[in-house]
Amino acid sequence: MIQSSKTFPLPFGLSASPGKIVIWTLLFLGGIVMISPFIFMISSSLKTADQIYDLRLIPERPTLANYVDLFANSPFLRWFWNSFITSSIVTFSVLFFDSLIGYVLCKYNFRGRTFVFVAILSTLMIPTEMLVIPWYVMSANFGWIDTYWGIMFPGLMTGFGVFLMKQFFESVPDELLDAARIDGLSEFRIWWEIAMPLVMPALSALAIFTFLGNWTAFLWPLIVTNSRELYTVPVGLASFAGENLTRWEVVMTGAAVSTIPTLIVFIVLQKYIVRGVVLSGLKG
Amino acid sequence: MKRFYDRLTFQQKKAYWAWLFLAVPVAFFCFVRFYPTLNAMVISFTDWNLLSPMKFVGFENYQKMLTDKVFWKVFGNTFLYLIIGLPVTLLLSFAVAYYLDQIRFMHGFIRGLYFIPYLTTAVAMAWVWRWGYQPVPIGILNQILTDFGLPQQPFLRAPSQALASVLAPAIWAGLGFQVIIFLAGLRGIPDTYYEAARIDGVGKWATLWEITLPLLRPTILFLVVLTSISLLRIFDQVYNMTVGGQGGPLNSTRPLVLNIYNSAFRDFDMGYATAQTMVLFIVLLVITMVQLRLMRAK
Repeated sequence: MIQSSKTFPLPFGLSASPGKIVIWTLLFLGGIVMISPFIFMISSSLKTADQIYDLRLIPERPTLANYVDLFANSPFLRWFWNSFITSSIVTFSVLFFDSLIGYVLCKYNFRGRTFVFVAILSTLMIPTEMLVIPWYVMSANFGWIDTYWGIMFPGLMTGFGVFLMKQFFESVPDELLDAARIDGLSEFRIWWEIAMPLVMPALSALAIFTFLGNWTAFLWPLIVTNSRELYTVPVGLASFAGENLTRWEVVMTGAAVSTIPTLIVFIVLQKYIVRGVVLSGLKG
Repeated sequence: MKRFYDRLTFQQKKAYWAWLFLAVPVAFFCFVRFYPTLNAMVISFTDWNLLSPMKFVGFENYQKMLTDKVFWKVFGNTFLYLIIGLPVTLLLSFAVAYYLDQIRFMHGFIRGLYFIPYLTTAVAMAWVWRWGYQPVPIGILNQILTDFGLPQQPFLRAPSQALASVLAPAIWAGLGFQVIIFLAGLRGIPDTYYEAARIDGVGKWATLWEITLPLLRPTILFLVVLTSISLLRIFDQVYNMTVGGQGGPLNSTRPLVLNIYNSAFRDFDMGYATAQTMVLFIVLLVITMVQLRLMRAK
């Protein structure tokens, strides 16, 4: 076995040059700095009020009392449910409609196709902030304030998703669809049963981003909800933390409870999420 | 109905299905995107508090903006977020991606460490950072400073430091996304370029400047635009890290979007609020247009 003079043997049969080892160490330390806010957050949430000023990482007497207190005395569970149900419905709607629109704009030749596509694409230029006021007026007129529908309706279809799906349907061969047509499949089933399974990677990327985007959304849910029962997790946490301004162990517990589900999802789905970012980033 | 369909030609059948599929989406985009856009433009020319009848006032809201000191302060803040945030974000994320691309050992794990903040709720993390900025004995950052014998910093309490303190978690949260995109861009550069450079005896720095960066141009341009847009729309962090969500102290951290929120939902001055959203819209439009231009140039 020939090794160049500049490499060091490492455990697990690895070897590396000193430069690589320095780079690796710096990147690793940087990564630890990146996640340190989570570490401090979780550590503080396990402390009692009199321990919070003790900044030791491992609490002297770790306790779950804050968590018990949080779920017993605040509507966090309700906020979770609100966030979960609205984010899920919006995600299913986006997956269904955006892929249907993208498919039609990609695979059907008809008068007005370019016009519809450009019109939908142009909505990407309009910032949400410009629309929230008219949406609020609309919601007030139709009685949508403080309803799930009010939280959800602006996001049910997105220009970005349409664009993404249209790009991916380009890779589905027309011959395949025509063959299905000859076999007598209805147009709806050709889309649903033949074309959709072929764009699964794009669909999963779109699903992850739509769900996360809605789960973390703040501005619109803040505007459209007034009663505590209808808050989503971010809106609820903002008001909850504001009320417990100096009780930092309680605030940290609220923050931890809001964050931990996303962390778990990330650890389970890391591969798909990273691939999704690249897919949608490069296509979009 | 069945008869009508059977009499259509193949092309007509396809158009029939296309419009059938598009009926609901077209209605949605008209009702939830286009109509509100026009509505916002109309409201910006009125004096309206939601309850009284709408009163047309011409360009009054836009004129008010010109003389409103708070608006100009806020406009300046918004660009400060951009001017400080953009270079810091891009340099950091490129450095991380550039070196991360060279290592294999625990590559995915380390990438994960940088990426996690991107997925978390900005509101939750804003509160964690706010806690970190507190004076001793509460905040961890001042604790570390005093441990090293350095003076405590006011962070969110001083107008001179508050904006940077609010910006830090926004940069921290976005970094992972930019790293991933840069990594994908670096992977996209064919090895043959590097091999040719090595054979020609080109040094590491020269390779970076002459090969890597020019070939990454589309990636860099994409990230510049996306990062700019998200920095210009900063809201969650400011709302949750400043007292009463007001963008203080002394409006030193208040960005345009928070000012819009205040005008609309705290002062109920819908006309003035929408007029400010038009300014935001135009700024974002210009940035996007410049990007499209530059993309086409190459």
